Amino acid sequence: MREAAIDPRGTWRTGISIIGLVALGVALFWGIRVGTVPFSAYDIWNVFIAPASNEAYQIIYNIRVPRVLVGALTGINLALAGCILQGVLRNPLADPGIIGVSAGAGLAAMSVMILWPGLMALVPAAAFIGALLSAGIVFLLSWDRGIQPLRLILAGVALAAFFGGGMSALMVFHSDKVQGTVNWMAGGFQGRSWNHVQMILPYSLIGVLGAMLSYRHLNALQLGDEVAKGLGIRVEKARFFLVVLAALLAASAVSVAGLLGFVGLIIPHIARMLVGSDFEYLMPCAAVLGATIVVAADTVARTIFSPVEVPVGIFMAFLGAPFFIYLLRKGMRR
Amino acid sequence: MNHTIEAHSIKLGYGSKVIIPEMDIVIDKPEIISIIGPNGSGKSTLLKALSRIVIPLSGCVLLDGKDIHQLQPQQVAKIMAILPQTVHAPGDMTVYDLVAYGRMPYKKMFEKLDSDDQECMAAALEATGIRQMLHRRLDSLSGGERQRAWLAMALAQEPRLLLLDEPTTYLDIHHQLELMKLVRKLHQDMQITVIMVLHDLNHAARFSQRMIAVKDGLLFADGPVEEVFTVENLRALYGVETTIMTIEQGGSSHLVCFPHDSCLTQRA
Repeated sequence: MREAAIDPRGTWRTGISIIGLVALGVALFWGIRVGTVPFSAYDIWNVFIAPASNEAYQIIYNIRVPRVLVGALTGINLALAGCILQGVLRNPLADPGIIGVSAGAGLAAMSVMILWPGLMALVPAAAFIGALLSAGIVFLLSWDRGIQPLRLILAGVALAAFFGGGMSALMVFHSDKVQGTVNWMAGGFQGRSWNHVQMILPYSLIGVLGAMLSYRHLNALQLGDEVAKGLGIRVEKARFFLVVLAALLAASAVSVAGLLGFVGLIIPHIARMLVGSDFEYLMPCAAVLGATIVVAADTVARTIFSPVEVPVGIFMAFLGAPFFIYLLRKGMRR
Repeated sequence: MNHTIEAHSIKLGYGSKVIIPEMDIVIDKPEIISIIGPNGSGKSTLLKALSRIVIPLSGCVLLDGKDIHQLQPQQVAKIMAILPQTVHAPGDMTVYDLVAYGRMPYKKMFEKLDSDDQECMAAALEATGIRQMLHRRLDSLSGGERQRAWLAMALAQEPRLLLLDEPTTYLDIHHQLELMKLVRKLHQDMQITVIMVLHDLNHAARFSQRMIAVKDGLLFADGPVEEVFTVENLRALYGVETTIMTIEQGGSSHLVCFPHDSCLTQRA
């Protein structure tokens, strides 16, 4: 069948991939360069070629590089988790918050920050465990011979409300200590180090590998459970592993970045507008786009009102939501 | 090879709600078989059990003598293709993408489509007459074209058994007839066994060789069309008085029924 070789979407997809990777490269490079102390490309080159313990090396290697890496990996994880959840639950509103991850992480992290302020270093670990625990509760509540998508969404909403109440209670009873938690709740990358890179990197690798292994299952699940079963997919098993994968990705992301909304919900939609809903192309596109946007937004957020740093979550919500609405209206007119 | 599918005293239902208390069916000939019956009789559930979408509460469904739920899902998908009543796909998916899914059962992880797959997809597109629509998006197709694209996906599985759940539901009479004729042609050309749930009794009578009538979750009648498609059976099944007659058309004849009155006393 020769016609198949000339898929009209081929050139477009190749073009998008190249543009995406170039944009990511530019965002990473720019994120390392600019800041309170700006550096030239030559300075950065030197750090990697001839490490010396001067000031440039300290700032670039120990502050800027880990920060852009954490940002990029967070973007990848949240975007992939969003893609997977929207596909598996067949719901365009699904994001990592819907399986209880954000609420669980939020409550756990806030408890540590308010009740045991001495243990601040454990906040990422607590957030990770809280996220997984609450995802586990949501799974249990939605279980009926496999995860039932609608029950999962409702259970997730209910649990988020419950844990949200817990967070509000903490804030009311400890209103004097709320100040320290605000930045984390908004999501941001201030002071992220190589430790944080190590924390999130394994999950990003698992996520990328899982996405490569599962894109066909995700594609088939889009056609509905019955068709997917007819094509020989073990639907319940596939759905379970995919939701667990999304939970791990999202939990690792919130543990290092705080409650960074927007990325997991909207990046998959932008990616879908760009390359369509075939997961073979959607997931790489979303991952690259997520990484690029988080790194670029973080760089702007920390330099625009320098020396004051705006948490990137706030910045992204203000810029991203209107941009998304613009895309949506443009898409509708077509 | 001739494939058989058997249901052995299957009990079907969802949770505590039993829809079919017990039923036995053997399908061992490459025929077109229609499952008919009133709304809520359990005919769709029966088809779902035969196609392993619904697991029986008790009893078992055997494909070539083996429990269909114990077989590898991919192996079953190479023998049996199913088309549910309502299907959905992302609108930006193309006909090519959709038909390519039919090759999934033949592909290992990471394995790409090869020339055999391409040939098979081409044959499926040819058989359903949509080859020239290869790169069209699904949301740009008409209802009839879309249904043929889904059928092409099922055919790309190279099935020996094709299970269709009310395939003509959303089509106008022209496209209903085209689809039924296509199904008959596929059956004749490839000797595929077709099992379908049909609402339109006249389609069922015209295009199938065997009819399975289901009422209140029980097997009401099962046999050649001439034996099942009778005034008495239709009255008992649907509570409707009908006249059944033979129509001669282009050298062949088939039965049709005209419903003219519902018999309320029967329903009460």
